[in-house]
Amino acid sequence: MEIIKIGMADLGVAKPPSRLRTTGLGSCVGVVLYDSTHKIAGMAHVMLPESSLAKSGELSIGKYADTAIPHLIQLMERAGASTRHIVAKLAGGAQMFAFLGNNDTMRIGPRNVEACKMALKDAHIKIVAEDTGGNCGRTIELDATNGMLQIRTVNQGVKEV
Amino acid sequence: MVYFTKFGDFQFDVLREIGNIGAGHAATALSKLMQKEIDMKVPQVSIIPFDEVADCVGGAETVVVTVFLRVEGDCPGNMFFILDLDSAKYLLLQITGIDKDVYEWGELEVSALHEIGNILTGSYLSSLADLTKLNLQPSVPALAVDMAGAILSYGLIELGQAGDFALTIDTAFFEGNEQVKGNFFLIPDPESLPILFHSLGVPFDGDY
Repeated sequence: MEIIKIGMADLGVAKPPSRLRTTGLGSCVGVVLYDSTHKIAGMAHVMLPESSLAKSGELSIGKYADTAIPHLIQLMERAGASTRHIVAKLAGGAQMFAFLGNNDTMRIGPRNVEACKMALKDAHIKIVAEDTGGNCGRTIELDATNGMLQIRTVNQGVKEV
Repeated sequence: MVYFTKFGDFQFDVLREIGNIGAGHAATALSKLMQKEIDMKVPQVSIIPFDEVADCVGGAETVVVTVFLRVEGDCPGNMFFILDLDSAKYLLLQITGIDKDVYEWGELEVSALHEIGNILTGSYLSSLADLTKLNLQPSVPALAVDMAGAILSYGLIELGQAGDFALTIDTAFFEGNEQVKGNFFLIPDPESLPILFHSLGVPFDGDY
């Protein structure tokens, strides 16, 4: 069994028996897509809501919700998945430092979650599970065999969705 | 990456010296608080991909105690004061006499560590403000006990909009027999670097 690590602002696709894993999600959102018919899994570690926020010319596709999600779907289709079978799970989007809530930058967690939902809606993909918000970091691991998503936090242990 | 490509050795030296002066003052403050000798290592100035930022404190999943504050003013950026769990426990015991594991902390313990973090990062920043004559205003500090990756990524949001690399000024310190170990992290926003260099009369690009 191979564990493929997805870094910050990165994305990747896996087939069984591999697993996709990303660590230390804070305000970032882990977007997990799974086609159970073709057993193809995808994961993106989204850092910012919109690519329009980019200040430099070069654009990193995996960084923004509105570019990462369409690209991930494309990669999965290329690997043999079909969009109508894909469902999504979301984790992350926390607000690690609660009191800084007024500042737009500091509200980035909830904004990331909203943007991911929007991008998924545009692609007609249903969200079947969600563990977002709060104020704790998360590490997630997706099993490409069955689409089970394991979410680990420091205070609340491990859960599966 | 735009902002960092032109740095020569001289610019790195200047940033290292900034870390040295800032963390040096903070270490002195800590030494007074604990009434123990505090040593520090040579500051590490690195331009690294976002993923590797958390590696400096043991990896994205390492649980750390962090006091975070946002620096506003002429030279905006993010400041982190990071301790491992044992160090945080020992620091609290030394300064307040409270002997509790991090997970048992209540309001009082959290508040005490807030204040310790505030004093230390405050000395870091005020020495930096004195040196550069820049106006630096720290926010109220916030404390979190969580995965290093989740916490540090907060300091990368601003940078994330400009590129894929972070410039970090990381200074590790330790108490004489290593019972307290920690790091000060200063992550300037990209647009702050020219201002910082200008204030010190250092050219922004090229070898000197």
